[in-house]
Amino acid sequence: MSVAVPNMNVRVAAGRDPSDNYLNHSRGLLSWIFTLDHKRIAIMYMVFILANYLLAGIFAMLLRIELLSPKPWMLADPEATKQLYNNMFTLHGAMMIFLFVIPAIPAIFGNFVLPLMLGAKDVAFPRLNLLSLWCYGMGGLFFVYVLFSGVYHAATGNTLPGGFGLDTGWTFYTPYSTNEASGGNVVAATTGAFIIGFSSILTGINFVASIHTLRPKAMGWFKMPLFLWSLYATSILQILATPVLAITLLLLIAEKTLHIGIFAWKLGGDPVLYQHFFWFYSHPAVYIMILPAMGVMSEVMPVFCRKHIFGYAFIACSSVGLAMLSFFVWGHHMFVSGQSALVNSIFSLLTFSVAIPSAVKVFNWTATMYKSDIRFNAALCFALGFIMVFTAGGLTGMFLGSLQTNVPLHDTYFVVAHFHYVMMGSTVFAFLAGMYYWFPKIFGKTCNDKVGCWAAVIIFVGFNLTFFPQFIMGTKGMPRRWATYPPEFQIYHIISTIGAFVMAAGLFTVAYNWVAGLLIGPPAPPNPWGGNTLEWATTSPPPHDNFAQTPTPGDPYHLADWQYVNEKQGWVKSPATSEGPQA
Amino acid sequence: MMTGAINLLADVGGSYWLPPRASGYAGASDWVFWFIMGICIFFFGLVAALVVTFAIKYRHREGVVTDTAASHSTALEITWTLIPTVIVFIIFYYGFKGYMAGTVAPSNAMPIVVNAVQWSYSFDYPNGVNDSEIHIPINVPVEFILSSSDVIHGFYIPAFRIKKDIVPGRYNKIWVQADQLGEYDIFCTQYCGLDHSGMRAKLYVQTPQQYAAWLDKKALEAASIPPVDHGKAIYTKFCNSCHTIDGSASTGPTWKNLFGYPVKFADSSSLTVDEDYLRSMILNPNNKIVAGFLPVMPSFQGQLKDRTHDVDHLIAFIKSLSDKGQPPALPGAAQPTTKP
Repeated sequence: MSVAVPNMNVRVAAGRDPSDNYLNHSRGLLSWIFTLDHKRIAIMYMVFILANYLLAGIFAMLLRIELLSPKPWMLADPEATKQLYNNMFTLHGAMMIFLFVIPAIPAIFGNFVLPLMLGAKDVAFPRLNLLSLWCYGMGGLFFVYVLFSGVYHAATGNTLPGGFGLDTGWTFYTPYSTNEASGGNVVAATTGAFIIGFSSILTGINFVASIHTLRPKAMGWFKMPLFLWSLYATSILQILATPVLAITLLLLIAEKTLHIGIFAWKLGGDPVLYQHFFWFYSHPAVYIMILPAMGVMSEVMPVFCRKHIFGYAFIACSSVGLAMLSFFVWGHHMFVSGQSALVNSIFSLLTFSVAIPSAVKVFNWTATMYKSDIRFNAALCFALGFIMVFTAGGLTGMFLGSLQTNVPLHDTYFVVAHFHYVMMGSTVFAFLAGMYYWFPKIFGKTCNDKVGCWAAVIIFVGFNLTFFPQFIMGTKGMPRRWATYPPEFQIYHIISTIGAFVMAAGLFTVAYNWVAGLLIGPPAPPNPWGGNTLEWATTSPPPHDNFAQTPTPGDPYHLADWQYVNEKQGWVKSPATSEGPQA
Repeated sequence: MMTGAINLLADVGGSYWLPPRASGYAGASDWVFWFIMGICIFFFGLVAALVVTFAIKYRHREGVVTDTAASHSTALEITWTLIPTVIVFIIFYYGFKGYMAGTVAPSNAMPIVVNAVQWSYSFDYPNGVNDSEIHIPINVPVEFILSSSDVIHGFYIPAFRIKKDIVPGRYNKIWVQADQLGEYDIFCTQYCGLDHSGMRAKLYVQTPQQYAAWLDKKALEAASIPPVDHGKAIYTKFCNSCHTIDGSASTGPTWKNLFGYPVKFADSSSLTVDEDYLRSMILNPNNKIVAGFLPVMPSFQGQLKDRTHDVDHLIAFIKSLSDKGQPPALPGAAQPTTKP
């Protein structure tokens, strides 16, 4: 499948130019905007997603700074401060979820690596892939508009069409969000989320089709890299769950603008119905966020432990198992909504079943380390952080799955801490591990590994300092989404804010490390870590059409043939076998 | 902050994690909490110890060749699938059992209606008393009937380990039987708008004698109270989170010198504040928005009762705060009334 773009100044070489790669293959802004190359699409996703991560992270820092004091203090007017706080936590949540955590790993690494791992030239539907990128961009613009409307109102006192700001929480719960008088720019934000949803659906369709149709004959289902298994499971979730969110948001918009009574009790609707619809998407979405992270882990752990992944089949099946089970647990978000005791009990039971595949994965990654030969590269440091943080996050989920302990902890900082351990902790640690792992492949440059390792330590310390006190606060009763609070909680908030600054310092160290690697990093070899998946069988960065010659897949985790040769400063494959990438 | 730090240190070994307990149910809930905590500490300790041990023991060392290990072991993997399965279902069972024991209130439970509105609570007692605090007798089952007239609110009493959303359009119920005297917090836990974090109230567990005395006092006050004082009580219950009476700024306009003075609206129209305007603003607040304020006030239709002349007395109170609203002018139903 050739994906040449007409009229784009494509360099056509008679022979193969060794310096030709996807980055310099064609030039000019249009060659990026209209590219069908999955690698360039991944790069553009990376730019947008990291920009949104920075923005939503700044909101988080503002929240933490405001919470240093039990009373509103950031602005002269306490009412305006509360208004600002409510807007910040809403935009922090909505942008982190819809614009960062959900797309981060599938859209960046999935897009870049999936065709390479299959030994293919591109995804199955390159044009659809471009459409999903720009759906993401369009949806993101709506959030920019919401943000701008808030800033504009604060600066001039005028209101743009649709209202200003957004203060419903990222969940848009009715009837607060559908009241004419409240919520801010709900229609713009939900329209944005609706459009971004299509980006997610289209990417899911593309990945499923690619894995089915582009897999080489020699790569059976159980010979696939585990990252592809996790992307496959994620894609199924995206295809099946995201349309429910889209419909829910449309109903919300219909109620808000046309006054059709669906969720509004005054019009005969049911506000809790909205919560059911919303969480029927948003619980599976939790697994859209964590499954790809687990996939990254299953790639990084064996490569840096220099050992075959332990229990391949169990890991692969647990990804699919998690994806299926995740559809049947949404009711645990409504344990205190007035849902009947019978329904609560069923959902509690089903919720506990999700713990099992997650536990299996943790045991498998840990067992992979047994009798291994561990290289402490930056990617592995983040991966080890992931195991710790994910274990803590997963275990604290049991307090919330159990009915009796859920009730006092529901909607408190305990929940905030729990989901930050799983999303911010685990997914971000895996995202950073993946970034350090594939950085040489993506950019053809090498980062300073020592700096990366120190950054992992700083982020790990900062992360736990930020979120562990929130567990304690939560058990003591501190409700979430509170702009002000009783003074007895202040000490925990202060520790948490200090932790947030430590974590920010670690993240900026990472950013510095990447920029330095891009600018002055030494060129990367094709296979800098001695991996055996097919993305390492091509040059770094890969050429426009990915492979000079089609590679032959082998066991993706058979690493014993790769030896580090000091004289060559690189990994060399012993000539005994012909499977997998060649040096 | 210093006292906070001291409290934090003093907490160690005591109630480091959980707030004080004030009911038997809270004790049962905490037992499940510590049971799960024990399992968490064990498994986290296990995983962390293995990761750290392996990371040290199997780190790459030049010239050291490690033994190889199997890449899978079905028996081991089935074992570590089954053990967590058994454990999580045991946890489910205890959480389920304790929860079910607390779901149905005893038939002799004393009902208290919880009225939630942005951003305050008020509580109706069986004898008709309405107050902004909860007082309950010790060792008597009490059922809270939760009612909201605008958005979803939360009703959370940490000391009892109970919580339920207050959903408009339906009555959720929750019950307690307190076994410790004292003053406890009530928090709103479902985000409800601008002053969500200000939506707090207090609950007092009292001896039966104290409780009866308090209830009698409140009933007497309600019966003999002059209109302006009754209006002030309503103000304290519903209005003071957003309106001041001393001229200072807040979410809504101050009531000092509001009556009898001109007011400007967001649509640039204006009028002089009179009784009709105040009544329409209390019942349909967002018909007109005063310039410089947000349309965030909820309607108090249904919250304020005609039977007890709530609206009239509230207007009387607002008038008393203005130098242009001094007696004798109270028209119609707002005349001082003598209560039966």
